[in-house]
Amino acid sequence: MSDQAPTGIKRWLFTTNHKDIGTLYLWFSFIMLLTGGAMAMVIRAELLYPGMQVVDPNFFNMMTTMHGLIMVFGAIMPAMVGLANWLIPMMIGAPDMALPRMNNWSFWILPGAAILLVAPMFIGGDFLSGQGPAFGWTFYEPLSGQYDKLAFFVFAVHLLGLSSIMGSINIIATILNMRAPGMTLMKMPMFVWTWLITAFLLIAVMPVLAGVVTMMLTDKYFGTSFFDAAGGGDPVMFQHIFWFFGHPEVYIMILPAFGVVSQIIPTFARKKLFGYASMVYATAAIAFLSFIVWAHHMFTVGMPVAAELYFMYATVMIAVPTAVKVFNWTATMWKGSLSFEIPMLWSIAFVFLFTIGGFTGLMLGLAPVDFQYHDTYFVVAHFHYVLVTGALYAIIAAFYYWAPKWTGNMYPPLLSKIHFWVSLISVNVLFFPQHFVGLAGMPRRIPDYAVQFADWNYWSSIGGFVFGLSQVLFLYIVIKTIKGGEKATDQVWEGAEGLEWTVASPAPYHTFATPPKVK
Amino acid sequence: MSASKAAKKLGGLILTALLLGPAMAFAEYSTLNMTESVSIIGQDMYDLHMLVLWICVVAGVLVFGVIIWSLIFHRKSKGAKPAHFHENTTIEVIWTSIPLIILVAIAVPATKTLLEYEDTTNSDLTIKATGWQWKWEYDYIDDKVGDSQGIHFFSSLSKDANEARQLGANKELPEHYLLDVDKRIVVPVGKKVRILTTAADVIHAWWVPELAIKRDAIPGYINESWFQAEKVGVYRGQCAELCGKDHGFMPIVVEVKSVEDYKQWASAEKAAASQASAAAAAASGKTFTMAELMAKGKEVYTSSCAACHGAEGQGGGPFPALKGSPLATTGSIADHIAVIADGKGIMPPFGAQLSALDIAAVTTYERNAWGNNTGDVVQPSQVK
Repeated sequence: MSDQAPTGIKRWLFTTNHKDIGTLYLWFSFIMLLTGGAMAMVIRAELLYPGMQVVDPNFFNMMTTMHGLIMVFGAIMPAMVGLANWLIPMMIGAPDMALPRMNNWSFWILPGAAILLVAPMFIGGDFLSGQGPAFGWTFYEPLSGQYDKLAFFVFAVHLLGLSSIMGSINIIATILNMRAPGMTLMKMPMFVWTWLITAFLLIAVMPVLAGVVTMMLTDKYFGTSFFDAAGGGDPVMFQHIFWFFGHPEVYIMILPAFGVVSQIIPTFARKKLFGYASMVYATAAIAFLSFIVWAHHMFTVGMPVAAELYFMYATVMIAVPTAVKVFNWTATMWKGSLSFEIPMLWSIAFVFLFTIGGFTGLMLGLAPVDFQYHDTYFVVAHFHYVLVTGALYAIIAAFYYWAPKWTGNMYPPLLSKIHFWVSLISVNVLFFPQHFVGLAGMPRRIPDYAVQFADWNYWSSIGGFVFGLSQVLFLYIVIKTIKGGEKATDQVWEGAEGLEWTVASPAPYHTFATPPKVK
Repeated sequence: MSASKAAKKLGGLILTALLLGPAMAFAEYSTLNMTESVSIIGQDMYDLHMLVLWICVVAGVLVFGVIIWSLIFHRKSKGAKPAHFHENTTIEVIWTSIPLIILVAIAVPATKTLLEYEDTTNSDLTIKATGWQWKWEYDYIDDKVGDSQGIHFFSSLSKDANEARQLGANKELPEHYLLDVDKRIVVPVGKKVRILTTAADVIHAWWVPELAIKRDAIPGYINESWFQAEKVGVYRGQCAELCGKDHGFMPIVVEVKSVEDYKQWASAEKAAASQASAAAAAASGKTFTMAELMAKGKEVYTSSCAACHGAEGQGGGPFPALKGSPLATTGSIADHIAVIADGKGIMPPFGAQLSALDIAAVTTYERNAWGNNTGDVVQPSQVK
């Protein structure tokens, strides 16, 4: 640090530097990932054998609920914002984010929100006595309305939404105003494009989420009846509003992942991204479609058949731009000069496994068969293929790809390879059998199951424990890379293109004080 | 053989073992694919599932095949030089159109099946299923096959499964663990059965995989769907929408009988119901001894209350203890009865599920068990 910036804890509390804030976001999300992961371990331990051995059903429901909420709002989303903070200014040749003070504020709201979210688990009764939210991460009314500490949850969601909206405004303002001379929109790196579109999605749907939890709050404490049928309200309306937020939310988590992979694959194929323009249009098309398909999460609520037909047709349409993306990544690798450094391994795994999640997504979109799939482990398998081997894999790939630039050090090569291969095998042992039990009739969100599901659940749990442990290894790798290792060059990767590779490794505290020229 | 080659071979062996090992070691790994249905519409749903599954498999093999080809032959270590192409309008138009055409081809059978599934007209029997936390209530209405109108009962998890599923019970799991109930619903074979679903508290979903029927049960709504079983037998399912603590413990069992057997069942059921209501009417005026009420109360407590308040009234998680609680000791009997009958907060009302005698007995039990020792005796006549 060359200027008189504060040091110690004050540096992190008062920082307005995009790199510091990016680091804070990434560490926050890592802590949340391990917390949510520990909850997943409790879930898999209970499901290891049929019969109840570890926790009572209410505690189990609390684990599934908190696991979902923490992973979505605490791990994946903040990690993507962390990547945006670190990378967008460096990729577009800007000295920092457009609104640095708001940037500080939008991060420091998060720990408070997280505390509000988890606090009820520890309040009233014994330590961890099962008093936290236990109504599923989708918090459907009227079940969530029965919860007596609902206000904690509502205000936590309000704060999370505030943080996301401020972060999005910042990202849009930065991208639209602070690009280096010569960097037109259609010259921006794909990661910047995907985040620009994601930020608009966030601004559009976060207020809807805030609205729906506020309606829950007034139903619970101020005598309104938005969702209470006995008072003239409508429990199904809750689901319509929730999924109007919830479906774009899915793309909020995956679009930046598309961006990451679109940066990494060309580097290690030593070949330009195939179909850049069609990638941009496909991303925009997916974002647009995400607003008009929400009720495919609700095929069993008893909608009119015309609505079911519409939502089915609109939903399967998403397969088209998604397929285009997969074809483009494939064509980028085709006739390239491939090498398999760790970030590339994670990206290739992403393309394969995300595509499997895409296929099951297409199957789930067909209303008449969804009547069999809905709310089973088939759905659980589907969205974990999309969010774990999709979003999370892209985040891990991003770490391995950009950490040399961030820290100035290369990752430990052997440990990183072990981390990849153990994660790859265990994640499939964990989630692939869930397709089978789901098709065979095992509902999701149950703490105990009929004995015919026992064998595959056993394997799923074993895979889960190994996958969980291998992320502890990842923590070790991250710390080791920060502390030292082989020194990285400024270019880092032979085939890497982009402004972030033109600055020193590690990147200086302030970059691009004078804007670079882009050809 | 070099060390690296040996390591590769070993890796391959482990991978094969991991992929094939489980399948070979256990013959009972039969649960790989969607349950085949005995309902006429269910077969269409199954066929559609298989069609889309195979389309996905073929598409996956093609795309993954191309990627794997690249991974093997276009490596830098093999001296591959990167090509320079990065766009091609013709190929991009082609690979945008092909998925579109496939989707239209899938949409045709999907639309047909959906329209068929949503047509609930001309049913032979209508049964209303009401979801409760955590059991199902059934009402037979509008029967064109036999005489079942008016049959009404609650159906909850079988007693042996309920005991075996307690935390740390460590009991041998009974047959049809978690998929057996104390009272099944019975329907005739080859007849169109319309199921109306609704709920008394939160949202549930009525799902029987082999009958290919899943529909949400929502308070304030009455949803309809149907099945027509083509084979006599017993079909088992579960609640499919998270509905609170015991969501995993409210199974559904449908027994499909021949038309003759079904008619017999219906008339026997009605005779038994009228006997039971006569007995209940007699009981409501009768005075019981403390011992009688305690015995009956323990039975009711075990089946309806222990799941949340604990076998010894100790409570757990958000569910308060009854042992030593003011409500069950110093509080008034009327308030105690009101909580049981009307529910409170997260607790569902039991007024519609329990008879006056049941409520009187369980109130007596709670006020005298586990050292509560109030000495209060509550008679059915005190329960409104």
